[in-house]
Amino acid sequence: MSHEEVLKKMLEDDPRDFISTGSEWSFDLVQEYDREIAKIAESYGLDTYPNQIEIISAEQMMDAYASVGMPVGYQHWSFGKQFVSIEKNYRRGQMGLAYEIVINSNPCIAYLMEENTMTMQALVIAHACYGHNSFFKGNYLFQTWTDASSIIDYLVFAKNYINTCEEKYGIDEVEQILDACHALMNHGVDRYKRPYPISAAEEKQRQKDREAMLQAQVNDLWRTIPKLGGSEKEIEQARFPAEPQENILYFLEKKAPLLEPWQREIVRIVRKISQYFYPQRQTQVMNEGWATFWHYTLLNDLYAQGKVTDGFMFEFLQSHSGVVFQPEFDSKYYSGINPYALGFAMFQDIKRICENPTEEDKRWFPDFAGSDWLATIKFAMQNFKDESFVQQFLSPKVMRDFKFFAILDDDQDKELEVSAIHDDEGYRRVREALSAQYNLSMNEPNIQVYDVDVRGSRAMTLRHFQHNRRPLADDSAQEVLKHLHTLWKFDVTLESVDNDKVTDTWHCPMPVANDEE
Amino acid sequence: MSYIVDRRLNGKNKSTVNRTRFLRRYKKHIKQAVSDAVNKRSITDLEHGESVSIPTKDISEPRFSHKKGGKREMVHPGNKDFVSGDRIRRPQGQGGSGSGEGEASNSGEGMDEFVFQITQDEFLEFLFEDLELPNLVKRQLAGIESFKMKRAGVVSTGNPSKINVIRSLRQATGRRVAFGASTKRRLREKEAELQAELEKDPILKDQSKVALLEEEVARLKRKVMSIPFIDDIDLRYNLHIKVPQPTSKAVMFCLMDVSGSMNQSMKDTAKRFFILLYLFLKRNYEKIEVVFIRHHTSAKEVDEQEFFYSRETGGTIVSSALKLMKEIMEDRYPANEWNIYGAQASDGDNWNDDSPLCKKLLVDDILPLVQYYSYIEINPRRHQALWREYETVAQEHGEVFAMQQIMDQSDIYPVFRELFQKRTTA
Repeated sequence: MSHEEVLKKMLEDDPRDFISTGSEWSFDLVQEYDREIAKIAESYGLDTYPNQIEIISAEQMMDAYASVGMPVGYQHWSFGKQFVSIEKNYRRGQMGLAYEIVINSNPCIAYLMEENTMTMQALVIAHACYGHNSFFKGNYLFQTWTDASSIIDYLVFAKNYINTCEEKYGIDEVEQILDACHALMNHGVDRYKRPYPISAAEEKQRQKDREAMLQAQVNDLWRTIPKLGGSEKEIEQARFPAEPQENILYFLEKKAPLLEPWQREIVRIVRKISQYFYPQRQTQVMNEGWATFWHYTLLNDLYAQGKVTDGFMFEFLQSHSGVVFQPEFDSKYYSGINPYALGFAMFQDIKRICENPTEEDKRWFPDFAGSDWLATIKFAMQNFKDESFVQQFLSPKVMRDFKFFAILDDDQDKELEVSAIHDDEGYRRVREALSAQYNLSMNEPNIQVYDVDVRGSRAMTLRHFQHNRRPLADDSAQEVLKHLHTLWKFDVTLESVDNDKVTDTWHCPMPVANDEE
Repeated sequence: MSYIVDRRLNGKNKSTVNRTRFLRRYKKHIKQAVSDAVNKRSITDLEHGESVSIPTKDISEPRFSHKKGGKREMVHPGNKDFVSGDRIRRPQGQGGSGSGEGEASNSGEGMDEFVFQITQDEFLEFLFEDLELPNLVKRQLAGIESFKMKRAGVVSTGNPSKINVIRSLRQATGRRVAFGASTKRRLREKEAELQAELEKDPILKDQSKVALLEEEVARLKRKVMSIPFIDDIDLRYNLHIKVPQPTSKAVMFCLMDVSGSMNQSMKDTAKRFFILLYLFLKRNYEKIEVVFIRHHTSAKEVDEQEFFYSRETGGTIVSSALKLMKEIMEDRYPANEWNIYGAQASDGDNWNDDSPLCKKLLVDDILPLVQYYSYIEINPRRHQALWREYETVAQEHGEVFAMQQIMDQSDIYPVFRELFQKRTTA
């Protein structure tokens, strides 16, 4: 047989049936890849919202970026600032754009960039439309805290409402309120209580009633006419709020004495959006790890079925290894632990522990070593957040692979101490430290509304409860306090407390005469 | 289950509003950057925007955050040779391996600048905000416009060079048909009668009638022949009318004293003023020419390089430059085609008996033809004769003439604004 005949025979014998061979994508091909990937995803029982795949241009991707991934956003200069800096970096070629953005909504919206090759589109479909999508639908935090079916409507409502306010009260007025709310955005979430579901239709209907009702409540709180009967002393002694309030924006929305109804509504909007994004901040490692695990699994299966070429796999693997690259601590590229890398490694490791457990694994994870891997990773995805996920599932093998070590930084000690490394004595300590690192309530200053002088000056006192004596950054604290003051409109004091001892205080407005100087 | 949507055709500038909001908020910074930039640019360098930098501190969005201190345990990857209990010296400065992420940005805050680009349009917009070139529309209001001839059909009067041959001949044909039709009809009748008469039997033929008819036919033939082939009334002429056309060309005369008393820093100051004027005209006219005239005791037209950087010494006779400007204007820039702007920079030195001559030249020959004439005196000292003469010009012709004194470079922009400030219509 001649060479050509051999080749021809090989091609005829080849069981492979490629979906495409070139790197150009088309709408038909995107559809076909999606269909194939969906089939595999279904065989694994991935439960997803319907997908809405939107093809956009690079400029549109920059727009999407700048509005922190909200498909509809109200207008604010800070988004413009974001856009300007992204634009600059992109134009200079300092930054590649993300391949995808995916939105926790129902249907789940995923953006694909038109510049991507076919391989990249397939990767993004697997990653976003089946990975992230199933995470949004399955994880308990998203189920409890966000309402995927109504978020888009709510954002539209918010945008229109703020637009109307700008027309009525002027851009500057609205901007001032938004600035103040943004400064307190991280303190606008209920960390433990489940919020009411949001719905644009109801929002609109109820909004008028709420305005009136809220104002009435506030008026009641600040009533200066003495109540008949009852001992006034008793009232005076009762602290208000009775329990310290961690959700500062909520407190302002409900209790600030001089806010206009529309201003309360804006506080509420920012608070709701902050609440919507809170689970994403709590599940970075898991969410990205899960999506990466699935794009890796799904595309490898596609290859095993003979649907994609070797060239496709090379391109995919190159991109994949870029995503899960973890620079070491002394590298100039190091900027903390890469959530993609850690999450991917952990999910892969859980699968390994289920399929081929070692003695060590059986000792560490008696519950699931050797069990069904698919059920185990789904259980992990559904019921944990980063903090608890690391605590429960980080195995010694992963710690060894990453060569994790913990550094204790104590300002009362002249030197840093290596408190634990990836060895038998250190595994638990490293794991605990890493878990704590993902605990948002420990990373963000714990600041609560502590007391309000209801009967007198209406001054508000906030308390920062220090964790391990970690102090607040002065400049930003003072600045945020100014913003808080624009909402509260009476004196605001912030005390930093370590073991019931006040170590630092800030005031707004600043005391006029300072005795110390 | 998946819907695929092509969104590429949707608008891409969703962020424009937010970008505008951002520019609006930091207007002050941007304006500062813009006026700094003007000082550095060459006079015709208009092709690009400008990068603006704002201190990060001014645009930060504050949040409560931790600073260094307290007790903190961090996990890092990539251990090489640490074992538990190792003690490490605290890394100095920011971004060290021990400090972890987050803190670097906190401690570094206020040091960096937030840098971004504004486009050329935005650059000029900020530069010329609130400014309006005076008398820009005045020309049209006063009816002094330049014209363009435009065809406007045909008319029956005009000069021979504009005869429209086709229309004239068509007119003539029509006239000949109209005038000759009845005669020709009668001619045909008579000829037919004659023919009938001639064909009759010779016995019946009436010779006198034949003669009569032949005479009639000959008469009618003469009559037809006498209709002229073309007549005065047939002539048609192409009509051209004048259409007023706003002038889109401007010429800018830069006049500068380069006598010994002007030093380089004074010239630099003058240059910046000319740049501003050039930028400003560029925005309003399609085509701009710049004429550089330098003078000491005699004036000379030069190129930009020589204008600003070559050195000469000598006394000062300002009128020489004005004379040259007048000549060039008459020669190359007729006032009906060009918007003429004059800008003169000097340190105020002039021979005393020359100043009245300057005034006369300005008032009689130059001001009537220009859109605007501005004079800046770069001189921290007392005014001299030229200033006083010009002051009287300013009083009499305030609408086209302006003068200002510049002490140092920081005065340029305010002075420029003052010169070309939007004038509220009285």
